[in-house]
Amino acid sequence: MPQLVSIRDLRVAFSGVPVLRGVDINLHKGEALGLVGESGSGKSVTWLAALGLLPRHAKVTGSVRLEGREILGAPATELDHVRGGRIAMIFQDPASALNPVLTIRRQLCEALALHRDLQGNAVKAEARRLLDLVGIPDAGRRLEAYPHEFSGGQVQRIMIAMALAGNPDLLIADEPTTALDATIQAQILELLSTVRREMSMAMVLISHDLGVVAENCDRVAVMYAGRIVEQAPSNQLFADPVHPYAQGLIGALPPLDGPRRRLTAIPGTVPDPAHMPDGCAFAPRCALAAEPCGLAAPSLAPIANDRTVACIRAEASRRALLGIAAE
Amino acid sequence: MSAPLVEVSTISRSYSMRSGMFGRATAVHAVDGVSLTIARGQTLGLVGESGSGKSTTGRIVLGLEPPDRGEVRFDGKPMAAPGTAAWRAQRARMQMIFQDPLGALDRRLPVATQIREPLDIHGLGTPAERAERVRELLRAVELTPAHGVRYPGALSGGQRQRIVLARALATKPDFLVCDEPVSALDVSIQAQVVNLLADLQAQLGLTLLFISHDLRVVRQISNVVAVMYLGRIVEIGSADDLFARPEHPYTQALVSASPAPGRRSAGRIVLSGDPPNPAARPKGCAFHPRCPRAIARCASEVPALEAVGGNRQVACHLVTGAATRDAA
Repeated sequence: MPQLVSIRDLRVAFSGVPVLRGVDINLHKGEALGLVGESGSGKSVTWLAALGLLPRHAKVTGSVRLEGREILGAPATELDHVRGGRIAMIFQDPASALNPVLTIRRQLCEALALHRDLQGNAVKAEARRLLDLVGIPDAGRRLEAYPHEFSGGQVQRIMIAMALAGNPDLLIADEPTTALDATIQAQILELLSTVRREMSMAMVLISHDLGVVAENCDRVAVMYAGRIVEQAPSNQLFADPVHPYAQGLIGALPPLDGPRRRLTAIPGTVPDPAHMPDGCAFAPRCALAAEPCGLAAPSLAPIANDRTVACIRAEASRRALLGIAAE
Repeated sequence: MSAPLVEVSTISRSYSMRSGMFGRATAVHAVDGVSLTIARGQTLGLVGESGSGKSTTGRIVLGLEPPDRGEVRFDGKPMAAPGTAAWRAQRARMQMIFQDPLGALDRRLPVATQIREPLDIHGLGTPAERAERVRELLRAVELTPAHGVRYPGALSGGQRQRIVLARALATKPDFLVCDEPVSALDVSIQAQVVNLLADLQAQLGLTLLFISHDLRVVRQISNVVAVMYLGRIVEIGSADDLFARPEHPYTQALVSASPAPGRRSAGRIVLSGDPPNPAARPKGCAFHPRCPRAIARCASEVPALEAVGGNRQVACHLVTGAATRDAA
């Protein structure tokens, strides 16, 4: 599959404090990649940095290539074409992303006028088609409504319609369903997978919810303290996690069926970005940590086809997991 | 079996809401005829989406709000009138834990002072005994006295929730209402707090009402689970059984909407429509406009919560109707 986006050694620091510490991501055309991790792990910052959406005082280094063209630090005129046109983004809180005093039609048509070569009635017809596509009933009339006249789930559908306005090749969905109720979350995820199929669009799904990512993505990257610690096809990651942190995350998730077991909590808390431990950032919380873990930060190394992990104890960790399974 | 610690019989609570500044006031039935019993040392899980009335139910059970109709009995006695000495004594035996620990703590007081506050308010022990009790409580929630001198802002989210838990336990309550206690925490920290709550419950023989929208966490900690939809209980049963074999179409949709690593989404029930507005409650079964199996009767007649075998109760014409037919 041809490569769409390639991120190399992306680093971000806010006033001297590193929050992203060397991230590499390859994304193929039409692929769905999940990014999981806890708050502060750098999931959102990765993409905000890649699209030049961070405030000026953030120091960003590395390389982000879109079909081979460097977009990191590209001039605003070029970025304006990329943002919305090639790569669109939707956020957790859709209500604050819409203008409350403009009709949905005005806001959708604005996005269409910016990214598509459409005139007059064609713009309105396209806006209506997009609302239909995302499942807003009675689209023609609802175009004249204001954001507050829609429910939370419908507002997220409208945000998806706006993101699709530029026919993007990649949609970054940053916790798109976190603020929604369970039954509405299921609707939005189904909508995302339908439009992705229909428009053969790639997607990056950022979520703290392992279940959401597992079901909607081909491949998953687990982030911890500003780095990717494990990266694998989703079914393999959830069946056989290798990094102790990935194992911990999955063990901490209460099962919905089968026997109840005590949750395997990860002790301690995420390190403060201003006082990162030497070596592996997870070592202070890791049950398998050994002396060399505190010396140098491990880099992502391949362990199988299409699987990489950043852990020098990967083999031991795998054995420990098999040991538990054999009991 | 001993008498249940908490008995809630057909409580209702409505609020009046105005649409716009000069609009007509309409009654919003937040809770409508809810009955529950919680046995000593057990956990009742209350699940439902926003607007289902689960938090209001929790507040009424705790006596933070009076019900319009119905009654809450605690340890066999009705709730005392607010403000009386009997009410204060009863309140010391029941405590609440909220979702947002930072909002529940005073940012300008060291946390140990805040853990001590309920002891001062209820006049429990001498000053020296109170200080010892604070140390004991910090140990119980797996923190050290060094954490006690800090301010809430200097603690992590999980540590703050431990402080809130320690403060709730200060008066040695029998009953805790936990309203989304781990929803704001990251998954690894969530597991720490869930484990701690389960340990403390076992050690202290606590009775819990655990309110959450997260089915996984609720199943992990609950013996019995009640599912609410628009102010009513639509299904109630033992936790494992309820999630393994949900009977009510709404419970089925909720369980099926809960994504699981390793389980494919094939056969997922995706409900159409939005969660209904509590101010405009549909006639008949409140769930019928979204129900994939609704029949004509559902739109006119409110289904009652009926036993369907085991300890399961379901409020659905399709389920209870079929059960009565089988029995006949």
